[in-house]
Amino acid sequence: MATQQSRSAARLMMAPAVVLLLGWMLVPLIMTLYFSFRRYLPNRPDIEPGWVGFENYARFIGSSSFWPAVQTTLIIVGGVLVITVVLGIILALLLDQPMWGQGAVRILVIAPFFVMPTVSALVWKNMFMDPVNGILAHLWKFFGATPVQWLSQASLESIIMIVSWQWLPFATLILLTAVQSLDSEQLEAAEMDGASYLNRFWFIILPHLARAVTIVILIQTIFLLSIFAEIFVTTGGAFGTRTLTYLIFQRVLESQNIGLGSAGGVYAIILANIVAIFLMRIVGKNLDA
Amino acid sequence: MGRIELKQVKKSFGDVTVIPPLDLEIEDGEFVVFVGPSGCGKSTLLRLIAGLEDTTDGNIEIDGSDATGLPPAKRGLAMVFQSYALYPHMSVRKNIAFPMRMAKLPKEEQDRRIESAAKALNLTDYLDRRPGQLSGGQRQRVAIGRAIVREPAAFLFDEPLSNLDAALRVGMRLEISELHKRLDTTMVYVTHDQVEAMTMADKIVVLQAGVIEQVGSPLDLYRTPRNKFVAGFIGSPKMNLIEGPEAARHNAHTMGIRPEHITVSSESGDWTGTVGVSEHLGSDTFFHVNVEGFGEPITVRAGGDVDLHYGDTIYLTPDPALIHRFDDKGLRIA
Amino acid sequence: MARAVTTNRKILNTAIAWGIGLLIFFPILWTILTSFKTEAQAIADPPVFLFFDWTLENYAVVQERSNYMRFLMNSIIIAGGSTLLGLLIAVPAAWSMAFVPSRRTKDILLWMLSTKMLPAVGVLYPIYLIFIQLGILDTRVGLTVVLMLINLPIMVWMLYTYFKEIPGEILEAARMDGASLREEILYVLTPMAVPGIASTLLLNFILAWNEAFWTLNLTAAKAAPLTAFIASYSSPEGLFYAKLSAASTMAIAPILILGWFSQKQLVRGLTFGAVK
Repeated sequence: MATQQSRSAARLMMAPAVVLLLGWMLVPLIMTLYFSFRRYLPNRPDIEPGWVGFENYARFIGSSSFWPAVQTTLIIVGGVLVITVVLGIILALLLDQPMWGQGAVRILVIAPFFVMPTVSALVWKNMFMDPVNGILAHLWKFFGATPVQWLSQASLESIIMIVSWQWLPFATLILLTAVQSLDSEQLEAAEMDGASYLNRFWFIILPHLARAVTIVILIQTIFLLSIFAEIFVTTGGAFGTRTLTYLIFQRVLESQNIGLGSAGGVYAIILANIVAIFLMRIVGKNLDA
Repeated sequence: MGRIELKQVKKSFGDVTVIPPLDLEIEDGEFVVFVGPSGCGKSTLLRLIAGLEDTTDGNIEIDGSDATGLPPAKRGLAMVFQSYALYPHMSVRKNIAFPMRMAKLPKEEQDRRIESAAKALNLTDYLDRRPGQLSGGQRQRVAIGRAIVREPAAFLFDEPLSNLDAALRVGMRLEISELHKRLDTTMVYVTHDQVEAMTMADKIVVLQAGVIEQVGSPLDLYRTPRNKFVAGFIGSPKMNLIEGPEAARHNAHTMGIRPEHITVSSESGDWTGTVGVSEHLGSDTFFHVNVEGFGEPITVRAGGDVDLHYGDTIYLTPDPALIHRFDDKGLRIA
Repeated sequence: MARAVTTNRKILNTAIAWGIGLLIFFPILWTILTSFKTEAQAIADPPVFLFFDWTLENYAVVQERSNYMRFLMNSIIIAGGSTLLGLLIAVPAAWSMAFVPSRRTKDILLWMLSTKMLPAVGVLYPIYLIFIQLGILDTRVGLTVVLMLINLPIMVWMLYTYFKEIPGEILEAARMDGASLREEILYVLTPMAVPGIASTLLLNFILAWNEAFWTLNLTAAKAAPLTAFIASYSSPEGLFYAKLSAASTMAIAPILILGWFSQKQLVRGLTFGAVK
């Protein structure tokens, strides 16, 4: 609702943002699509560039590294999601209880989210997971166990642990916000109706959190699909930690096989979009309300 | 000067027509109230006059010149919003000064007008406070102050009292009427409250679904409502509208009689009924009476001392001179 | 939904919550502590917790050896620049969508959000190529623009949700009072939206500061910010725990402090207003 004048002013003021984002989206996307249909290895002058049709797509999927990479990606994303959502709900409920120093505890819990990914990866790798000098090695020895070679023997678990540590604050914070928005009268009514704590959790709190949990899952999935620094710094993709993102990165920048890497990129974009559609639906519905 | 004329003004949002082509004249110095149920288009009409919405069709003239395409600031009108719309980050003084600052008035002139407005509105002690520190009534006065200092051709009020509690509302109603008498400037006032309309207006415009149902002085509307809608909307408690054999007996599809135009007796009368709920106001008592043969219970006003109770038999006699008659289309039969 | 409970219960809650809180915070605490140890103490077996010879030596060495200040300046310029530039573009856009919504507004907002979901790796090479062509690889300008673009959707969204909370009537009042569009935004909207704008600035500064895909892939030596500086410690010759800790502490301390101030806005900014 407004006048013609304010509408044209609005269009004008929206233009820079729209144009920039449109360019940012379309130009690289079209280039990636273009390269994905070409043979192009800038470091190998002996190989002629040229059109290859869908060969890159077929080769990317056909390569022996593709399916392990998909599997690794799914295990990392799935593992982190389960850990952060379950622990996040527990932590959110705990932090909502009356206690002393609630604000301070909250700050402690949130802190890992603000640590830059390269720092957390490096700190975990050297100071915690190092098989000789790491804290975890000391802990194992203290209990008389043999220290674990975390990043080589339990590489996936280690990465999942590091990434979960980074993302648990996010899940906790959002779920805590959702828990706090629950009307206490609803819980009191349920208590009057004779519901035990477990019942109240199951029938009232959990359904109330359902939306927030969905949002946490969707947003984290999008970010987790493209985690990079944590792998780059810790294992460099070795020991079965090569995710789809990392595989594409290697194809493009390390082996400079642009065509193959671009085809991989298109797969990654499609994968992210499948998740994105669900997230957008929820956000979109919320806009109407 | 503040003469406003709407000529065939039409407003649609997309495919939905909110206001079908409409004509209206507002004379200089008049206090005009747009009244109607929520969603009747009265606020939209006001916003069209203000220039906050474009007209889809038709012309708006202010003092004889076409203002249809003018932006709000150039129309010389001032508006008081339902939420007061005070600038929360500015002091009362700065709020009132804002329109003058925009018009680049000299500082001394600004101060002079602020002083006089503050004095007139009892705001002198609050000039350096923020709106957040004021009560609802004081905020309302600041909003009015901000409108006054512009010395506008007309004031537009969009349900200005609906956020105040009942007692304050009565007080502010008087203050606004007083202001109108003193400034003698055109005021256009939107409300859904027919009591506000009746008490303040020189001229009431009753709207329903974007259509003007009737225009007239408060007493015109009370005495000769043009149709059933106006009859039911103006007056409190509502006019009783009776259909069926009793209406037919008066040669009408629907007959209307106001609660205050019915005589109550415990012995005899035209209609016999049973007392339902009674509401005692002290000075008056309103009885809700179930009359045999009438579909709906009817409301009657009696003196505060009438001693009738739930279930008692009551006799009612409508004043024959004050019966309103409507045809099957709901229009008044002269 | 918090409610009154017995004191015993409260003590129990407090103990558990602090225990878990400290456990989660421990890696950061340990990093900060280690940064004040000597290298020998840093790898002592068993580990020393508080009773060691506190030293600032590591900070001095890190600064000296790695030209820490240059990385810090790069981080500040790139994160700060991209945030301010983004704000300049996002405020008018958010104003338009919040106060002059049209039928397309919702679609535009969702579309902007969708650009945020484009996986960076999918467009890595084109961006790399464009950067080489334009000669902005390993420059602050190039990185500033890229970080601005990846955070622009979040900025527009956050500002949009804040602006939506400002009643449109106040802006209409300003319009009635004779304010031009520029005056309306400058004198009325901006002062009222200061808290929202500040949170938007803060969160986006943090996100840009911590960004670790483009900063690693589009910089080499000149424009490398702290993320890349830290990553350089992953090579074996850089493996000194105390110095690594000192470098890490310096890289995360400013943002930890800023982050604590912005925790409320974090939820809104990262869920696009879907959780309040």
